[in-house]
Amino acid sequence: MVAAAEDVTITVCPNGPLLVRGPARLQDVAGDPVVHDRPVIALCRCGRSALKPLCDGSHRLARFRDDAIACDMAEVMRTARSVPSEQG
Amino acid sequence: MYLHAQSLGNGPQDQSGTDAARGLHDEPPLLPTARGDTSHTLLEVLARDPRRGLADAARLAWRGPVVAGIGDALTDDALTDDDLQLAMWLSYELSYRGLARVDGDWEGQPDLVHAQRTWESDLHADLQDRTTARFGPAPAVRNRRELVDALEDVASAEQGPSLSKYLMRHATEAQFREFLIHKSIYHLKEADLHTWVIPRLSGAVKAAMVTIQLDEYGSGNLDGMHAQLFRRLMQHWQVDDRYAAHLERAPAVTLLASNIISMFGLRRRWRGALVGHLTLFEMTSSVPNSRYARGHRRLNGDDLSARFFDEHVVADAVHEQLAAHDLAGGLVRDEPHLGGDIIFGARCAALADELLAAHLVGAWEAGRSSLYGGGEPTSATAGSL
Repeated sequence: MVAAAEDVTITVCPNGPLLVRGPARLQDVAGDPVVHDRPVIALCRCGRSALKPLCDGSHRLARFRDDAIACDMAEVMRTARSVPSEQG
Repeated sequence: MYLHAQSLGNGPQDQSGTDAARGLHDEPPLLPTARGDTSHTLLEVLARDPRRGLADAARLAWRGPVVAGIGDALTDDALTDDDLQLAMWLSYELSYRGLARVDGDWEGQPDLVHAQRTWESDLHADLQDRTTARFGPAPAVRNRRELVDALEDVASAEQGPSLSKYLMRHATEAQFREFLIHKSIYHLKEADLHTWVIPRLSGAVKAAMVTIQLDEYGSGNLDGMHAQLFRRLMQHWQVDDRYAAHLERAPAVTLLASNIISMFGLRRRWRGALVGHLTLFEMTSSVPNSRYARGHRRLNGDDLSARFFDEHVVADAVHEQLAAHDLAGGLVRDEPHLGGDIIFGARCAALADELLAAHLVGAWEAGRSSLYGGGEPTSATAGSL
């Protein structure tokens, strides 16, 4: 069981989904809840799941590849700003 | 038989739980017919008093594959030998639900344990040979990343006919029932076989294992227990859902799938292999289960009983990640020397899956029943006793 006070963590799985642990509320844009009763849920990251937003294991068939190495977001933003805009 | 089966759990939820709970109790399986010298001797032995010891314990040894008298049961090794697999299954069952009219003290009886050990070393030797032949020499893994990559290779190395595609597209109702009969040997005690490993793990690895098993047991709710979801599925298909009701018709490859897990589960020494086995199971579960669900619905199966498959698609997509990274990955971090065992266990799971798929699809494509004893594809499912 997930303790109420526990933080929500989102783990980016290499070549796989986002794993959400803890008491996160999952909802659509209208604010309606995506009902689930699980302590951990997996959210699709490859785009191929037939059960979106949940993962259905399709990433393996799709040969989805993403290493999901932790990065420094500030560094990513600095790099992004230094790249000239594509519109030129 | 069907009346019995359908009276269980199909009605409105019994709030007190007592009647339904009693009805869902698994009775010890009836002893099956022997399939060769080893299982014959074992059945004879199990009728005796376990406190007396066995003067003739050597007779329990498996003397290698024989060509059984029944139809196509030509065997080539321990993995597919009906006699050995049945004997092993019976010996392990003493540690699950027991066996009908067999003294419970046979569990752990030294002569029987000795025999079980020799069977295990026969099976282990052939598993070692067959997995190496199938997947090549085991890679040396030193850390989590290398381990997960190696497991990924096993999970992606599909070979042979696809059972899930066959069920999705082609299976008849009779074949779908046969599929459930094979699967019932494992799924009516789903999770129990892997649960043995919990007290042999610690820390984060144990937490990951328990998170997975919690789902398997429906977080403690009877209706959500995977074994009960499977029972409901069997009821929908009017297949006898009593525990081990189909033992008599389960061929070696079906028993093998469970025996491998029991062998790994019952010995601490094999905790790495057990973890590898479960991890491969979880990594290769979501996609086949979504295909089974489509086959079930193609054959007009209802949504309520399809929950068994639907649940596995969603739950195992999570379990895949927990198993690969936290369970197997965590174990190799804590005990790096277990890397080889973890991969071996995963390879055994994949091999057993392939053998079962080849057996079922092979029989069906040849117009035969895949059940032990062969014959017509059957819908007479109330056991053959």
